[in-house]
Parts: sequence; structure tokens; C-alpha cells
Amino acid sequence: MQEKKYFTRMGDGSIVHMTEAEIREDMKAGMEDAVSRGKISPLTDEEFEHLYEIITMPGVIVGVEPGKQVVTTSDSGSDKINTKCGIPTDRAINAMLHERILGCDSVDIGYSDYNFKTVKGVAKREASVLKHALNRTTMPLFYGAMPNLGFYTKPDGPVDNWAVLLPEGKIKEAMAAQEEAVELAVKDILYVAEQMHDVGADGINLDTSGAAGDADFLVSLKATEQIKERFPDLHVEIGMAGEFVLGMHGKLKYDDVRLAGLYPHKQVKLAEKAGASIFGPVVNTNCNKSFPWNLARVCTFIKACTEVTEIPIHANAGMGVCGVPMCENLPTDAVSRVAKALIEICKIDGL
Amino acid sequence: MRMQLAHKMKIDEAKKYVAEKLNVTIEELCDVVTMTDVREELGIGLGHVEPCAEANIGMESKFRIAELLGIEINSVERFKERAGIK
Repeated sequence: MQEKKYFTRMGDGSIVHMTEAEIREDMKAGMEDAVSRGKISPLTDEEFEHLYEIITMPGVIVGVEPGKQVVTTSDSGSDKINTKCGIPTDRAINAMLHERILGCDSVDIGYSDYNFKTVKGVAKREASVLKHALNRTTMPLFYGAMPNLGFYTKPDGPVDNWAVLLPEGKIKEAMAAQEEAVELAVKDILYVAEQMHDVGADGINLDTSGAAGDADFLVSLKATEQIKERFPDLHVEIGMAGEFVLGMHGKLKYDDVRLAGLYPHKQVKLAEKAGASIFGPVVNTNCNKSFPWNLARVCTFIKACTEVTEIPIHANAGMGVCGVPMCENLPTDAVSRVAKALIEICKIDGL
Repeated sequence: MRMQLAHKMKIDEAKKYVAEKLNVTIEELCDVVTMTDVREELGIGLGHVEPCAEANIGMESKFRIAELLGIEINSVERFKERAGIK
């Protein structure tokens, strides 16, 4: 008799059928990869078995027990109805759609060019959209954008491009350019935060932090610190770009900790120190590996993060992160298994 | 969500806090049927809205949520300042 095979997926979303032994082997390899890279503890035998059950349980959509539900935040949430679905609605209306139709617990108003440098020029107008939304919705609303440090480089921005300088061997110049860009970006974020605070925003979402490397992550930490100093009632969520802070600069520190090379369980301690209310860790999905490999790796990293944090953790579980496959139309079998595993094994506070 | 933002509460602590304030169990707090009744009774916002006295949503709900949970909501505070009621 042929051995039973389970329906699952690859990291790119394509369907694959695997035996119990194959699934367990991939889970073990994924977990060991996280342990080795993050220098963190593996899942316990009980957690490993529970994860195997989640991956192989029957049904397309799986869920948590009643009472175990968590809350949600988003990135560029209010604009996705327009940019991703092509539906021409106002973003204040989109916030209401998220609240009353999609059942979200919060959403962020964000510009279609989702970065603070671009928003700076239209911040007052963006604040008007947020104000309309705040008047009509009950749930908390953020203003969200990316620090996106790459936008500060020539020819579009004011500082020299470190991606050009580095291959030329101009290391000191590349480091100086990044340090200059950090100060400019923090200033822009503070300006935007001030406009949003003025209309009563519940929070600022610093999304995709660290996308341009350690200097980019430093921007989020410094901006959070300064937002909390100037506007103590304006709360900050820091969401990461990737699982690992790239050392594009290499020597930048925050609170005497070198940023390059930090994994989520170390990143969160700095977010906490800076004053963030919520931290959104990322674990990258590997398209060439199976869903069981990816999810076991994700659970190992995120559990290490929730074990050390004192602030709520909202794991990033969208396309291509935290085990969710890298594809535009997300399969609910994978997404619901990711959510269940993150809640039940990793004890996250939100998604 | 508001307790996570305002007081950095983890999910279990936040649910316990809100459940106690609303006089429901945690299971009920996560239940759409129970919470529809509770929300309507307390005027703290519903997903479906028809224009009747009990169906608060938006700013008027946030006034009540701030009072019930004992927190300040920024948009409510701005509204009060600008309406001259603070």
C-alpha cells in the first residue's frame, strides 16, 4: 500500500504532496537552520509535535480555540483596496471597509508611495484623510509609511549613494552618506508624526524597517525615541523588513548594541528600549523550501522573540514572510496554519 | 488593541482587562454574537449600523470606549478641544 501523502505547499505557493517522514525531516531541518543562524533554542518535542499536527490537520482553513483569537495591525492597509485591487475608493472609506466588512482591529492610512520622504511634502493633506477616517471609525488608526533610506540617495535624494560608493571601495564615504541620511529621515518622520498627532492619530507605523540595512533600522529606533519624547500619547509600531539586519554600514549602534546582524529576538529589545508599543518581527519565506521547513523555522525564531519581549508582538504574516508563501493570491490553507502556529506555539499578541 | 498601544499590554493581559471592564468572560469577549449585544447595549460601536439610538459608531463610540476602559483616545481629545468641550 502506498504511504499516505499530505497536501502542502512550497515556499512559492505551489502544491506539493509529502509523506509524514518527509514533513518531519523538513521541519527538523528548518528548525535547525533557525537554531544555527539565531543561536537560539529549538522547539520542545511537544511544540514540534503540535506543529506537525497543525501542518497535517484536515481541512482547508484551520483555527484557534474560542477565546484564543488575537488582534491585527497592517501595513499600507487602507491603500491596498486601491493599489492591489484596483478599486477607486477614498482611503477614509477604506478604513471603514476594513472595520465593518473585513473585521480588522486596526488599519493604517498610508500614501500609495509608502515612504516618509514622499509623504513629507503632502503631510497636511495626508492628515486630512486620516482625520476623516478617525471621525468615522471606532477602531485605532495608524499613519504608516516606510523609513526607506534608499530614497535619500542621489540622484533623487540629497546624499551620495552608498550602493555606488561601496563597489568603488569608498567605504568611509559610504558610511558617512548613510549617517547623513539617518538624520534627514528621522527629521522627516518627526515632521509627519507631528501632523498626524495634530489630528488625533492613535499611532505611527514604521513599516519595513531595516529595508536598506542597519542605518534604516537605526532611523526607526531614533524616530521612535523622538516621537515618544515629543508626543508621549502617540504610540509607535515598528515592523521589520527582514529577519536579519543587513550591515550596509556595519558599525552603527543603538544603546551600545551593533545593529548589523541582529535577528528578531535581539531587534525587539532595541524596539522596546526606543519606546515602541508593538514590534512586528519578520522571518523570510524561502521559496525553494517546503511549507513545513519554512514554518518550523519561523516558529523557532518567533518563539525566541516572544520569550524575551516585554511589549506586544504582531508577527508579520503577509506575502513572503513568516511562512506565508511568496505569491500574490494567498492560499488560506497556508495562511491559517501560519496564524494558528504563531498563536499557539509562539504566543504572539497579534498579526 | 487599544490596551496594547496605550499600556503595552500583552494579549492575555489586555483581554482580561477589557473583559473585566465590560463584565464579560474572555470567551464572550471573542464571540461575535455576545459582543454584538454588549456593544449595542453600551454604545461602543457595531460592524453593522442602522441609524437608531443604540447603533453608535465612530467618534461617539470612542467617547464611550475611552470612559469605559479608563484611557485617553487621541482623536476624542482633539474632538473635545476643537468642539470647545474641554
